[in-house]
Amino acid sequence: MTNNLKVIVIGGGHNGLVCASYLAKAGLSVQILEARDSVGGACAPIIDNNGNKLAGLAHASYGLNMQILKDLDLPALPIQLSLDTISLSEDGSHITFANNSVSGRKISERDSKSYRGFIEEFKKYSEALDVLTTNIPPRLKDMDWHDKKTLIKIGWNLRFGLGKKLMREFLRVGGINIFDVLNEKFDDPAIKGAIAFDAVLGHKMGPRTPNTVLSYLQKISFGENNSLCRSDNLSTLLEEKAKSLGVKILTNSKIDRIIIEDGICKGVKLESAEIFKSDLVISNADAKTTFLKFVGTEYLDAMFSHRVDSIRQEGAVARINLCLKALPKDQNLEGDKLFQRLIIAPDMQYVEHAFNHSKYGEYSDHPILEMIINRVEDRGPSVNSITATISASFAPYDLKGGWGKNRNLFVNRVFETIEKYIPGFNNLVKSYELLTPCDIEEQYNCVGGHWHHGEMGIDQSFMMRPVHGSAQYKTPCKNLYLCGASAHPGGGITGLPGHNAAKQIIRAI
Amino acid sequence: MTSSVFQKSPFQARLDALNIVQQWTSWNGYKSAQVFDTIASEYFAIRSTCSLMDLTPMEKFRITGPDSQRFLNRLVTRDLSNLAIDRVAYVIWCNDEGKVLDDGTVFRLGENDFRLCAQHHQLDWLSISRLGFNVNIEKETDDIAALAVQGPTSFSVLNKVGIEGLDKLKPFQICQQSISGIEIMISRTGFTGDLGYELWTSPENALDLWDLIYGQCENGNFDIRAIGLHALNMVRIEAGFIMPGEDFVTAETAVRADRSRSPFELGLSWLVDFEKPYFTGKKALQAEALRPANRRLVKLSVEGNKPPADAFLYDKENGKRIGTVKSCVWSPILKANLTLSDIEFENGSCPEKIWAEIYYQKELEWKSSWSQCHVSHKPFWKNARASLTPPMKF
Repeated sequence: MTNNLKVIVIGGGHNGLVCASYLAKAGLSVQILEARDSVGGACAPIIDNNGNKLAGLAHASYGLNMQILKDLDLPALPIQLSLDTISLSEDGSHITFANNSVSGRKISERDSKSYRGFIEEFKKYSEALDVLTTNIPPRLKDMDWHDKKTLIKIGWNLRFGLGKKLMREFLRVGGINIFDVLNEKFDDPAIKGAIAFDAVLGHKMGPRTPNTVLSYLQKISFGENNSLCRSDNLSTLLEEKAKSLGVKILTNSKIDRIIIEDGICKGVKLESAEIFKSDLVISNADAKTTFLKFVGTEYLDAMFSHRVDSIRQEGAVARINLCLKALPKDQNLEGDKLFQRLIIAPDMQYVEHAFNHSKYGEYSDHPILEMIINRVEDRGPSVNSITATISASFAPYDLKGGWGKNRNLFVNRVFETIEKYIPGFNNLVKSYELLTPCDIEEQYNCVGGHWHHGEMGIDQSFMMRPVHGSAQYKTPCKNLYLCGASAHPGGGITGLPGHNAAKQIIRAI
Repeated sequence: MTSSVFQKSPFQARLDALNIVQQWTSWNGYKSAQVFDTIASEYFAIRSTCSLMDLTPMEKFRITGPDSQRFLNRLVTRDLSNLAIDRVAYVIWCNDEGKVLDDGTVFRLGENDFRLCAQHHQLDWLSISRLGFNVNIEKETDDIAALAVQGPTSFSVLNKVGIEGLDKLKPFQICQQSISGIEIMISRTGFTGDLGYELWTSPENALDLWDLIYGQCENGNFDIRAIGLHALNMVRIEAGFIMPGEDFVTAETAVRADRSRSPFELGLSWLVDFEKPYFTGKKALQAEALRPANRRLVKLSVEGNKPPADAFLYDKENGKRIGTVKSCVWSPILKANLTLSDIEFENGSCPEKIWAEIYYQKELEWKSSWSQCHVSHKPFWKNARASLTPPMKF
């Protein structure tokens, strides 16, 4: 390994910060160039028009992968931030998911037992896939010994980790849809709706879409101490860690292009015309932005460019930032319950219908929603508003007729929907801001405004992520790498793409 | 196939009238003659007098827009940055793996105005390749009537018709002309290895143009013959021109991984320029250039007079099989069997001895014989008048 290599990381999202930290730790000289005025990307807090500090775009997450916390000596998210999930019901008989169990007035003993079994089963699948997600995805052609080792481990995990019976079951359900699987397992529509919600949120998929078992497995973390948390201060933690390891961070630095000379990446040019030369460039930007905008098709093969262009990456989740006049008063959401993760996905048909609209470029008549109301003590000293954040789907990027006139109409649909579940809610809304996928695209410099920098279907996963010809964090251009959610294992606040990319880069130099 | 399913060329009325053997085939969907009269007479028209051939079915694409030059330069392996207006270049283009998709010619008609002629349908590939380039691509195959006028007397014929300025027109150069009220574009290009021109006009002028030229024959001034694809195939092999789909499987149509061919494997390394800006396939070709050549399409003449069609090639009589004949012709003008043959190389170089095992019939009885072969590094046949400016009168 050559020491003191100069490295540019494009984008200081959580994956960029993780990758930069690992590389700095390995002795490389790392410079992060961030387009926005702060690092953290989707984890960075949002300051709304009233000056309120709100949770970032990813307002809830399972936190970074344990291995990363260990390697970088980072604290796990404090337990106070952990969130239960409460799936709202129109009649007030909400159900609560906490500590890998489900409870609620109407939940039968049978279903609650099934749920424990379901979590147990899916936890095993997730553990079997762990080798794949925490490693560089193996090539199937021209394998080196790392690739072979990973493949053998996956095979071993599937066959001996799961055992014959469970492996057979995994092979049966692995590629199919969550709709069929949940119908096999549960009676209660609300349980099925809530699980289906987690399988599809962030994707342009409905419960009946193939791959939704996989997308569920990729999103949910089943670890004992790994509960869903508000990701409030994650970006600060990561930023401080990176800086302490010697990573230099420059914000407000928009990339104009990546400099390619004779197939070799030489550095980057900023929109301000400033040029940063470096030995390596690592892009945390999505593949479309990296290749089509920063590199340019002129420097790439035609079919490769076409494959990048064809990545399915149209966001379907809108973010709404709310200021409330007062906290909702609901007898079914008393005390702490109000501050948990509230979701509206009463049954799978509801979720599927919501998705159907997006297929035809429409927003959902009855959207699926995830709302987190901020606790009073979380408010900054100078701020006196009660705030909440909502992820609302389906709000397609490519909305028929564009978002212009439809913004308020969609927000009204969202409020009408909440009103049904939390009566009186509409009157509490003081002000709101909507971020459609188009706004997210613009503000977060990510084509399509897609949470995961590309749908996580099987065809866009593993060694096919982002595309054939750029797997294993490498690109067709020498010394240019990917480290973001566009790369394996994809989106979510895991830090794994950044971690795996760093591993690959350290191995390569 | 009945003739009714074919697309009609704007020259069709004249072609139909002249085709006394009615041997038609489909060329990109057009009704195209294989033979009009006899192959021999058509061949000798190209080599000794003047031939007329309908080129309309050749795929033609118009590429315009501010990025058109950059777009084409990223498409093809040859450097087009210095292609001047009114000039033509022979080009090939490859897929990402550096395997040849097709060959053709690029005509620079203006600063940002190009015509790309191709053997096969290319609109898909052009559309894929345009991503990131501000260009407009239009297929104009059906909108242009094209006529090849080839042969030693082609210059004299066109002169007699009244086309001026041809004495100054260099090979691969273009000029615009108006004769008898017909606007035509003339390029000094062809597929025969001899003096020749290609004439381009709008379809409604096609018959008038044909009559003007063929009229010289009817007046008794010159011997001019309409020729079909068979005669053209003979002369293009003599001239050493490859035919995608005949001499190799194009990368788009190849099913088996080892069937597609790189420019190097086709003996077209002179068309590959690593100094130019990036083009599709460059990375793969740069890697290939570092490895010893494993095979090559070579110009191979075969001794004797037995036709070596589809023959296997060996390193000695009854030796190791090292290749096959892809296309071949008995050249009447050179009195030799000429082939384009795919040969496996050993340690990066061409085997020194190549033998062909030829199967042939004598009155329905099959026989086989062995013939020694010789690699030709130059076109088998090329006439000096093809590149003389002004061309000689015949």
